[in-house]
Formats: sequence, C-alpha cells, structure tokens
Amino acid sequence: MSSAVGTEQHPPTEPDEAPDRNRWRETFREIASGGVTVGFLAVLLAIVVGSVLIAATDEQVRATAGYIGARPGDFFQATWDAVWGAYTALFRGSVYNTNAVSFDQGIRPLTETAKFAAPLIVAGLGVGLAFRAGMFNIGGRGQMLMAGAAAGWVGYQFDLPAVLHLSLALVAAMIAGALWAGIAGLLKARTGAHEVIVTIMLNYVAFYLVFFALSKQSLLQAPNSFNPKSLPVKDSAQLPELLGDQYNLHLGFVIALVAVAFAWWLLERSSLGFRIRAVGLNPEAARAAGINVGRVYVLVMLIAGALVGLAGANQVLGTVTSGITVDLDAGIGFDAITVALLGRSRPLGILAAGILFGAFKAGGFAMQASQDIPVDIVLVVQSLIVLFLAAPPLIRTIFRLPAKEAK
Amino acid sequence: MSTPTSEASIPLHETPLAGVTTVVDKKAAVILSVMTAGLLLVVAFFPQDGDTTFRLAVPSDFAQLPRVTVPSTLTAWVLIIVCLLCAGWSIVLYRRKLQTPLWLMVIYSLGWMIGFLAWAASGGTIPVVGLLSGSLALAVPLVFGALGGVLGERSGVVNIAIDGQLLAGAFAAAMIGSALNSTWAGLVAAMVAGTLVALILGLFAITYLVDQVIVGVVLNVLVIGLTSFMFTQVLAPNAETLNSPPRFTAVVIPVLGDIPLIGPIFFRQSAVVYLLYIAVAVVTWSLYRTRWGLRVRAVGEHPTAADTVGINVIRTRYRTILIAGAVAGMGGAFYTLVSVPQFNREMTGGAGYIALAAVIFGKWDPIRATLAALLFGFASNLQGVLSVIGSPVPSEFMLMLPYVVTIFAVAGLVGRSRPPAADGIPYRKG
Repeated sequence: MSSAVGTEQHPPTEPDEAPDRNRWRETFREIASGGVTVGFLAVLLAIVVGSVLIAATDEQVRATAGYIGARPGDFFQATWDAVWGAYTALFRGSVYNTNAVSFDQGIRPLTETAKFAAPLIVAGLGVGLAFRAGMFNIGGRGQMLMAGAAAGWVGYQFDLPAVLHLSLALVAAMIAGALWAGIAGLLKARTGAHEVIVTIMLNYVAFYLVFFALSKQSLLQAPNSFNPKSLPVKDSAQLPELLGDQYNLHLGFVIALVAVAFAWWLLERSSLGFRIRAVGLNPEAARAAGINVGRVYVLVMLIAGALVGLAGANQVLGTVTSGITVDLDAGIGFDAITVALLGRSRPLGILAAGILFGAFKAGGFAMQASQDIPVDIVLVVQSLIVLFLAAPPLIRTIFRLPAKEAK
Repeated sequence: MSTPTSEASIPLHETPLAGVTTVVDKKAAVILSVMTAGLLLVVAFFPQDGDTTFRLAVPSDFAQLPRVTVPSTLTAWVLIIVCLLCAGWSIVLYRRKLQTPLWLMVIYSLGWMIGFLAWAASGGTIPVVGLLSGSLALAVPLVFGALGGVLGERSGVVNIAIDGQLLAGAFAAAMIGSALNSTWAGLVAAMVAGTLVALILGLFAITYLVDQVIVGVVLNVLVIGLTSFMFTQVLAPNAETLNSPPRFTAVVIPVLGDIPLIGPIFFRQSAVVYLLYIAVAVVTWSLYRTRWGLRVRAVGEHPTAADTVGINVIRTRYRTILIAGAVAGMGGAFYTLVSVPQFNREMTGGAGYIALAAVIFGKWDPIRATLAALLFGFASNLQGVLSVIGSPVPSEFMLMLPYVVTIFAVAGLVGRSRPPAADGIPYRKG
C-alpha cells in the first residue's frame, strides 16, 4: 500500500503501471466510493429501520409516547431500552452469551451462527454462481426440497458403513438438486424460456411432488403414519457433530467452506469459470467469441443446483434429522438470494454474507425468546440490506457520499 | 469440456432461441391432440364403474334445473370421441393453413372437462354451481393480481412483487377495516398498500435502475417480514379491535342473479367480485382503446421511440405501476374482507406467483390473463371437490397443474409467449 501511495506523487513517466499497484488503487477506490462503504452503510441503514420498527411496536415506548410532552425523558429511555435490549439479545444469541456461567456455554451462540450459516452459504453459492452467468436462480426452494428428499431417502432406506452412507446421501442430494435446476438451464438454452419463471414454477411443482410422495406409504411416508413425514435418517448417514454433543454444529459447515473454495476455484481459475463470467457479462459477445452459451447455461445450472442441493442435504442429514418434511427448506432457498446479492455473487463475499445472515438467524431466535420480538424482524432487516445495497445511488444520496468515480 | 480455443473453431450457428417462433397455428392442433391422448390413456387404464351425477341447481334457484346422472365410463368414452373429432378437425384446418376457430375450442374444452369429471367423480355427485362459484372465489385475487401484472409489464416493468402487493393489501384491509369498522375503508386501505409496494418497486426499478426481478423478489420477502412482524406485535394482541374486519356479504343482482346456473355463479357474489368485472373491462378497454393505453404499450415495447415522440417514459411507467399496485391491492382485500375475516401471516400462500403465471400464460393480455387465472382457480377448486368425492387423481397433481402449464407455456411448447419488447429493461434517457 505504502509503495503505491509513494509512487503516486511522481509524475507519470512510466507508460504502464505495475499491475499490483493498479489492484491496490482499485481496492482503495472501491472502499472509498463503492462497494465496502455502501455495503456498511446499507447494513447500518437497515438496522436503523429495524430499530424504528422495534421501538414503534414496543408497548413501553407507546405508553410513554402518550405523555411525551410532559416527560420526554421517559419516552427516550423506553426507546433506548427496547432497541438496546433487542440488539444485545441479538448479540447474545449469535456471538457470545455474556450471561453464561462458563466459556463453553458462552461460546455456544457462535456455533449456532455457524450452523445456521452453513446452508445459507452453500445455497448462496448456488444462486451466486448462476448470477455470474447472468441467470437468476429463484428455484432454491424446489432444488432443496428435491435434494433433501433424495438425501433423506438414501439416509433412511439403506444400511451402509458410516462414511459410505453419508457420501452416498450427499451425492444423491447433489444429483437431485442438479437435475431439478438443470431443467431450467436446459429450457433456457433450448427454448429461451426465462429461468426466473421456470424456477419459480419448479418450486411449486417440487413442493407438491414431495408432498405427494410424503403422503404415500409406497413412496416416502413412514410406515403406519398419517403425517406427511418420512422415517428419520439413520445415524450412519448423519453429518457428524464437530464439537461434541454440547453443540449443534455439524460437518455441514466444513462442507460449506469446501464449497466456497471450490466455487472460487471454479470461477477464478477454471476455463469453465472464464466462460461463465464471459456469458454473464455479455452473452452475445461470448457467443461471437465461440463460447457455446447454451451449454454454459445448462452446466452452470447443474452446478448451482448441486450446490443448493447440498443445502438441502445439510438440513435433512444434519440440522433436522428426524425425517423429510415439506418445509425442510426453512426459507433458506429464498434467503440464499439475499445472501448472494449481499455477497455480490463472489464466493468470499457469499461466505461473509452467509455468516452475517446466519448470525441474524441465530440471534433472531434468541431475541424472540428473551425480548418477545418476532423473528420476522430479521427478514425485514435482511431484505432492506439487499434493497439498499442494490441501489448505491440511493445510499449515496442519503449519506451524501461523493458519486462513484467514472472508470 | 473443451477449452474456449477449440470451441472457437466450431462454426457459429443461430441459437434455438430464434428457431422456435416459426408456426404459431400448430399449437391448437397439438394441444388438442395431446390432451385427448392424455384423457384417453387415463380412462383406458383406470376404468371406473358406476354413475356420476351432476347437480346443476342450488335450492334457492328461481327455476330448478334437474340433476343429471350418467354412467361414468360410457360418458367419458363418448366425450373422448367428441374430443377426437375436434382434434382431428383442428389438424385438418392446420393442414389447410387455417386457424382453429374459437367455437371449436369451446366445444372441445367443455367436452374434455365433462368427460374428465364424469370419469374422475365416478360414484359421486358434482355440485356444478358450487364447483364453479368456488373456482371464481379462489380466482378473484389471482385475477386482480394478474391484471396488475399485465398493466406493469405492458409498460415495461416486470412485477414479481404481486405477491407482496396482495399480502400488503390483505394486511391493510384487515387492520384499517377493523379499526374503522368499514369494509370500504378496508378496501381503500388495501389499494393504498398495494400502491405503496408499487411505489417502492418504482423507486428502485425505474429511478435507481435496479434489476426489476431482484427488487420484486426482495420486496416479497420484505412484505412477508413486515406483515408477519406487525401481525405478531400489533394485530394478534389486539385482535378484537385490529384484526376482526367486517365482511362484504353476497349481493344478489336482481334479474341476472335468477338465471339458472349462471346467476348463482356470477351474480350472487360480493361487491369485490363485481368490482373485479369492472376492473377487467376497464383495464382491457383502456389498454387497447384509449390514448393512455397506447402510450403504456408504446413505452413497454419501444421506450426510445415513445420518448422521441414526446411521451414521458418515466412518468408513464410510474403512473401505470401505481395503478397496477392499487388493482393488485384490491385482490389482497378479498382475502380479509371476503374469504376469511382476519389476517394471518403469509396468508396469500404464494398466490401472487400464480398470478404471475397467469400473466405469462395469458400472453400479457388482460382478457387472456383473466381466463388463465380463472382456469388456475378452477384447477385448485376442482382438486378440493374431487378429494371430497374421493377421486383417483391425487390432489397434489391438480394443484401442480398451473405451474406445469406455465413452464410449458414459457418453453414455447404450447405456443410461444412473447413479453413486451422492453419488459424488464430500465429506461435511461439519453
């Protein structure tokens, strides 16, 4: 950094700037006027709006607002208590529980955050990867359902040694997710059908398919049961706990990290990744350059579906092992879209965004339990972050930042 | 996978994207043949013993129509033959390069549907009036949503947020309707709520040029979060005062309501349904027959050209999606002011996405989108009726139908759906 600043003062005698210097300057410019500041302010603004909502619906605050003219101090005290209470509960539920008796207990929320983050990260990678090819994968829910059903079926149906069983279930999930997403890719490549519509519709088709299978004894439903639920997954197919029985964190988080590394390698280092990015930037130009655009659409959706499928497996084999249900996706399919948007479709960005939203989830449930604030506030904050982030000019207008330097 | 360099040697050829749009006329013949084959297979492989009764009247009818009882399988076969004739005629017409006429489609649809019902409801009674009026009731929010979607997309703004508008409308109608104890106040509140969602959509999609699909999806999540949060925090604890809205009751229209079969279905409904008839007519008329409609369509097809002749693209788009938001909001009011007199979290159950499907299946045309929404409403109500009778068709597959049909529609397998040319593209002047 210092060398870059140092050479800045010299007159530009050299015709070509060193590439690494260029990169530093790019980064600096991005921090000053673009991505990072805007990202931070978007999160801040969303949290402010969330605070207003929390305060406005707090009973104490509304009670004191009745006599705000007489004793404004009460009102501000109540507002502060409501908001402070909410966010400290969020912190205690997601990072470190300051009320715990021991460190082992105190650190538990952090493992919960990682547990919630794992499926968000892999599913976010699936959505983000498709984004990079210019495709909008809204089918996370359907892909997770199909993958979860496949993983769960393998998980309860077979008797196999532990490692083999788990691997087989994971592979089944990836194949199911890939095929379900591949339909959208194939239709887009062959007929030009818009993937947004196809993936939305496939979500519902998957829902009813899995629901149908779960209510038929001959298919997935547990024997002698009337509930739309399958048998529990056998121990040999479950994702093992990472830190012992005291915590819920399971191998899914490690799989998510591996997936991040894989996605990074795929996008930044492989020839397919190059083609994906080329198609995403400009499909016409990519086609002119000899890239088979249709094949890239199909391949990227297959890979995206496999990644989202891992999120489905993560739920069925790790988080809720009591059997397949139709709500196994737990909203992750849609959350993944916001994760991918916040992470700007870059693997490391998605990792960070997934952990942030995982923390929101873990903390949100804690907030609901201790402060009686519905966990839905997390959805509000999450979607506001993405909205603000998607419109940098809006953030610049609100915070009076300088306009982005033209490149 | 080969490397990019080796791919460069492959000769460039047109993508299939452009190749599908060839013969449009074929689709009628293809659909009719495929659907007939489907029915034929089902009836041939799962024959049903017994009779099917169609109940055509409700007890309160002015003139009572008789019940019709027919042998199930025989009726199905007779109607399959009718369907085969229609399909064959359609193929003959296609060979002669002639369009399949509407009357043939109507005869075919009726024949197919009655044949299917005769088979599926074997041994039971089909309450025809209940089936159809129930379908209309289920379709009302879908039609409002689809009209809103058609308006927005015709002006070039993709509206994925229909679901959010319905949900916001339902919420506002319940809250304001209860607070003021007035159905009409609730309806107006629903329209305002839908408009507000549209305003946010416009702010991001039109002013800040954010991808419209992204804004739409995120807005749906935002509205789900907001309404669920407010429901738990405000509505549920004060259910007496804030979540027990008055209901629109059914109003019988004097003469029309007494027509057998049609009267009880269409003219013994609530005020919201009559508003729906008006909305369909007004939207269709103004979109195709007024200067405003021409401008909306121009802005959606070719904004630059529209701008050149002095149409304010931005203003036209804003105005259109705000109106569209109000229309969709009315659909939301139907949930809380007619169907169920209280709000519940996520009570639309993704109906906005079915409305979106209706927009596409209806080819961005208000009348066709309305018909598509009615068809989807019919499919989901039929599923309910059939599961009561205990039919051989799993209800999940009936519920799946709208979505599958839409996938086929966008894939061009049943006629190509072409969106307005500038749909989804933000307009940047200059």
